Amino acid sequence: MIVKALILAMALQAAPGGLAPEEEARAQALMREVRCMVCAGESVMDSNAPMAQDMRRFIREQVGEGLSDADLRQAMVERFGHEVLMRPTFDSRTAPLWIAPLVLLLLGGALFFTAMRKPRTRP
Amino acid sequence: MIAEIGRFLIALAFLACVAQTLLAWRGADQGGRSGAARAGTAAAEIAVIAAGLAFLLLVISFVRSDFSIAYVASNSHVDKPLLYKISGTWGGHEGSMLLWCWILVLFGLGLARIGPKDPALRARAVSFQGLLSSLFFAFLAFASNPFERLLPAPIQGADLNPILQDPLLAIHPPMLYVGYVGLSAAFAIAAAGLMQKSGGRELASALRPWALGAWVSLTAGIALGAWWAYYELGWGGWGFWDPVENASFMPWLLGAALVHSAIATEKRGAFPGWTVFLALIAYILSILGAFLVRSGVLTSVHAFALDPERGMWILGMLGVSAVAGFALFALRAGSLGEGDGFEPTSREAFIGANNLLLAVTAGVVLIGTLYPLFVDLMGWPMISVGPPYFDASATPLLVLAAALMPMAAFMPWANGGAKPGLKQMRAAFLLVPVAGVIIAFIAFGAPVLAVVAGGVGAWALCGAAMDVGVHWRAAKVRAARFAVAGRALAHAGVGFIALGAAADASRPADIHRSLATGESLTIAGRTLTLEGVRRADGPNFMADRATIRVDNRFTVNPERRFYPAAAQTTREVGLGSDWRGDLYVSVGEARLREDGVMVYELRAAFHPLVWMLGFGAFLVVMGGGLALTGRLISGVPARVRVRSDAAPADAAAPVEAAEARA
Repeated sequence: MIVKALILAMALQAAPGGLAPEEEARAQALMREVRCMVCAGESVMDSNAPMAQDMRRFIREQVGEGLSDADLRQAMVERFGHEVLMRPTFDSRTAPLWIAPLVLLLLGGALFFTAMRKPRTRP
Repeated sequence: MIAEIGRFLIALAFLACVAQTLLAWRGADQGGRSGAARAGTAAAEIAVIAAGLAFLLLVISFVRSDFSIAYVASNSHVDKPLLYKISGTWGGHEGSMLLWCWILVLFGLGLARIGPKDPALRARAVSFQGLLSSLFFAFLAFASNPFERLLPAPIQGADLNPILQDPLLAIHPPMLYVGYVGLSAAFAIAAAGLMQKSGGRELASALRPWALGAWVSLTAGIALGAWWAYYELGWGGWGFWDPVENASFMPWLLGAALVHSAIATEKRGAFPGWTVFLALIAYILSILGAFLVRSGVLTSVHAFALDPERGMWILGMLGVSAVAGFALFALRAGSLGEGDGFEPTSREAFIGANNLLLAVTAGVVLIGTLYPLFVDLMGWPMISVGPPYFDASATPLLVLAAALMPMAAFMPWANGGAKPGLKQMRAAFLLVPVAGVIIAFIAFGAPVLAVVAGGVGAWALCGAAMDVGVHWRAAKVRAARFAVAGRALAHAGVGFIALGAAADASRPADIHRSLATGESLTIAGRTLTLEGVRRADGPNFMADRATIRVDNRFTVNPERRFYPAAAQTTREVGLGSDWRGDLYVSVGEARLREDGVMVYELRAAFHPLVWMLGFGAFLVVMGGGLALTGRLISGVPARVRVRSDAAPADAAAPVEAAEARA
């Protein structure tokens, strides 16, 4: 989920690194989607590790230079591999992951309808 | 000596569990009232006493800081406050496993004393519980002895992980384990029922109070853990789809499905096979959770005691339990009988939809958690499955379930009841506050899913209020009032959780900024001024405590602590709370700025309405507790009988009558 952050209060002041509030919000949304590669499953937004700090700085710089979200994700993947993205991309190897919820819903729904259509015994 | 006695007691408890399994099995064959059944109960008593004494000895070893015991040496320190010496007993793998085992045998004894009414079914359940306990005691006795000696004994211990040195974390694991392990009682009763070929309704009645008690405890344990993660880990989140959190969330989801489907089975005989299946798989996923947390196959911020050999043991126990449970289910599910059909707008349909959504969510969480492992096994390049995946797949299902929830209480059993149900609910009237909340969320620029979840939360709160308003007067007897109050409270809790989560997802961007003394930053309209930082050392740590003034109204004091024994740095968050939300400040390292001034890195966040999450969880626990209490003092509710061709307008009346009779 891309957290479009509420920025009423921040509108009055410049964000660190000189990013405009909208850019800072975009950068933070990206930080939540990018994994800190030396931590145990934390995003770079949440981690205090030096590497996460570097990655935060990198993301802010790139956002400041106007790189799009997709390009920035691509740059991260080239550097660190697909593991860096907390939201897996959709391709042949992750298709089961993304399709699974629908399959489960259909299977469960079929069970549900079978139970509903059973005959009623007279009380 | 203590360590040797402890080891002996664990071996004794293991043997007692094996004896419990065999004797109670024989007792069940003889109808449940024979000497063998009584001997099985006696074995359960011995196991409880032996395991309890072993646990007490371990606590004593911690209090005495007996570092000749390897487990104490690696989880304690003489300088540690007494409370954390005691809570250190369950702060690591071996000790927490001993606690797990003790709770298992306590539930075994509970089944033997106040288990199912039918003596044969009760003895059989005690036997299955004995089997589950034997597995875990074997693990304890042969592969994770908490009393292992460490010679020569070190002079000083390695200390408990500092982030675990917290009052909440002292009680969080026991609550969580009562939840996980309590589901074993539901498993044992379900397996016993299949073995005894008892009917679906009787079985659902027998296992529902156990499932409810376990699920309430699991809810409390998870809520305490989330609260702790929120203020102790310092990242400003109360949960983030971490693998270990998912490990406890899956049994919780299935437990939630189980306590609802058991109602439908008990009152109307609906979903008999599904209820039993849920009881089996909920506990199996609890063991899977233990495997994920303790084996090290997944990386997680909460993972502890990582050891592949232990992983194999737990996998083995998982395999035995799963094969036993599912083989029985495959062979005997036919004996449970089949439920009647029902209309799409009946109570059964809504409970079925709740179960469908909760179970699919659990399945999605399971797949998402295990998929990186699968990718690794296939030798493909590693991927991460993080919060964005679960927010896209699991969260919408939960929001939908919460949206359907308020209507269920107004639907009649078996017959279609959309019209009378909506009339009772006065739905149009409810839409006013819901619309207000949605407009407020949109005005604050919340993301789409948060707007929807906020609206659903308001809808659930209105529905719960209406539930009490309409059904309280109709509920003439005490049991029915307990049921209505429990349902309304728990459902209102879900509403509060949805509102709190939605508000938190729409919070303003966090601010990371380095400040010198006297400088300020502003977040969510609050001005934070760093007044100073000074030393504030504790009994076993050194600390820098910042004083930060908020709008000249109050101060918060985040700390940065260093625990020398564990050589670890932690952050204590400074919280300023009121009804609007929490101001959340943590302080990081000091450094010299370019202009030569000492600055401190601050992270400031504002979490609107975050108290609603905790309050909601409290209501869910209270509601579940009320439902359980009503059940314990009033017994099994009567079967609901309905006329299959009743006119829709009257359809609600027989339900109320049946509930009143119960």
